Amino acid sequence: MEILMAFVIGILFMSATYLMLSKSLLRIIVGTGLLSHGAHLLILTMGGLKRGSAPLLGEHADNYTDPLPQALILTAIVISFGVTAFFLVLAYRAYQELGTDNVEEMKGTEPND
Amino acid sequence: MTNLIVLPILIPLLTGAILIFLNKKIVAQRIVAVFSSILTMIAALFIVQKVHNEGIQSLNISSWEAPFGITLVSDMLSALLILTTSIIAFCCLLYSFKSIGEEREKHYYYSVFNFLLVGVNGAFTTGDIFNLFVFFEVMLMSSYVLLVLGGTKIQLRESIKYLLVNVISSALFVIAVAFLYSVVGTLTMAHISERVSQISADGMPGILTVIAVMFLIVFGLKGAIFPLYFWMPGSYYAPPAPVLALFGALLTKVGVYSITRTYTLFFYHDKGFAFQLLSILAILSIVVGVIGAIAYWDVKKIIIYNIIVAVGVILYGVSVMNPASIKGAVYYLIHDMIIKAALFFLVGIIINLTGSANLKKMSGLIGRYPGVGWTFFIASLALAGIPPLSGFVGKLLIVQGGFEGKSFFGAAIVLMSSLLVLFSVMKIFINGFWGQNQTYEGEEKAPVKWLLIAPVILVAISALYGVNSEAILPYIAQAADTLVDPQIYIEAVLKE
Repeated sequence: MEILMAFVIGILFMSATYLMLSKSLLRIIVGTGLLSHGAHLLILTMGGLKRGSAPLLGEHADNYTDPLPQALILTAIVISFGVTAFFLVLAYRAYQELGTDNVEEMKGTEPND
Repeated sequence: MTNLIVLPILIPLLTGAILIFLNKKIVAQRIVAVFSSILTMIAALFIVQKVHNEGIQSLNISSWEAPFGITLVSDMLSALLILTTSIIAFCCLLYSFKSIGEEREKHYYYSVFNFLLVGVNGAFTTGDIFNLFVFFEVMLMSSYVLLVLGGTKIQLRESIKYLLVNVISSALFVIAVAFLYSVVGTLTMAHISERVSQISADGMPGILTVIAVMFLIVFGLKGAIFPLYFWMPGSYYAPPAPVLALFGALLTKVGVYSITRTYTLFFYHDKGFAFQLLSILAILSIVVGVIGAIAYWDVKKIIIYNIIVAVGVILYGVSVMNPASIKGAVYYLIHDMIIKAALFFLVGIIINLTGSANLKKMSGLIGRYPGVGWTFFIASLALAGIPPLSGFVGKLLIVQGGFEGKSFFGAAIVLMSSLLVLFSVMKIFINGFWGQNQTYEGEEKAPVKWLLIAPVILVAISALYGVNSEAILPYIAQAADTLVDPQIYIEAVLKE
């Protein structure tokens, strides 16, 4: 199971890298989304995918899945939500002000205005 | 007061929260911000004294025993860094009052400023690798906002680049933590260190080297080492002077601190590959930084490239890993935080006066602004490491460590870099302050006397830090002891 997950995560990272190297700003943001999906799945996989009950003590199971990676993922998810929301608004503002979403055109030497 | 070490995180956090409610009342905001930064400074002084007298302080949050809960650890290195951070923050606030502008102050500037300090102080204090990630994010999110606040074209453009680079490096951090967790099965730094030494007792397995290099890439992206520094010259060019000083003094140094912490605590077994790689990259950073610093005729760019040089010098000291070089690295780290903040303040004043960052458009400032001129002159000498000032002892110890560790080439590069660093800042002094006296538009409006307070305080501290090195070295030596012998750290945290 871990091997399959490793391949899937690898494909996610590959797509993310490809998208982030493109010119359109929105594609880059989609790339960051895929990158964080890959990272979160990787935490889950690296914690081990052995069979066990959901980590709720009410289940009275003999063994549970590892609760720590799930807590880490939950933290990482909300953080990347916050950053992505900020990034999207920043991209919107940049499009309004700069009039382009092509990162190739986002350069120049105008002084500090 | 077992909770003392949480105060440098808690005070800015509460202040930041309170300031949200005061967003239209600028005077009230300033008073609260200054008051809280003085409180933080006092708390930091107490922590330094306590760590000096009683050894490493560790605090288990909500009384969960060490490997299971989150532990905050304050050893001498983090205590000193927190003290330096709070001094710089205080000066930066003073500078902000007259330079940041009402528009930004009304839009939560001081609030975000305090949240940045929460992130930096937290990153210095934490004893948990995932908690370090969280504090990194606190720091980075605040830095995104501070970078873009004001919304000019250059800020928007450079924020996009800065944000993208940091999103990628944060994802890599998560990946690196996931790999490390799968190998050692724990997240508390002291416990990781213990498990890593058990695993590598019979030969360093390859996977630990891979993780070590991943951490180097992650923190190198934050700390701007070669070849991961490419985002910095552009991004640091965009924000206004006080924000730039805060970034230049604190943000990259958190990356440097994290490399130092992880390499001396987790990966110290791997002298063969990881440390050699660190050493090579540090030397290349010095070379690249020096080339950039002497190439530009732009005052901001020159100082920005000097950050890369300093990061290289500090990490070279860490990579040699003997007591002298580590002591030198710690000494130089603190010196560099102070002096970079002072230089960015001064550069901000110069740009404020002349209305341009181009060296070719300015001259003769010393005639009318001798205070600015001589402060800049002393700051430049301190940056290059001229003996009575603060840059000297650190570089001396690093070079001494390099020679003791038979790393002659690196030590020679560090020495030569000082010469070129001196050249790059003297270029600003000679072209900007000497020569034909000329007048500039908007010069009268610049509140030079007020703005000069912050850099003068910092340069005075830097001079005292250099002159009193005898009195300060015991503290530095205590910080270096923990880094050279991680056992002290592990015992203090796990209480075996």
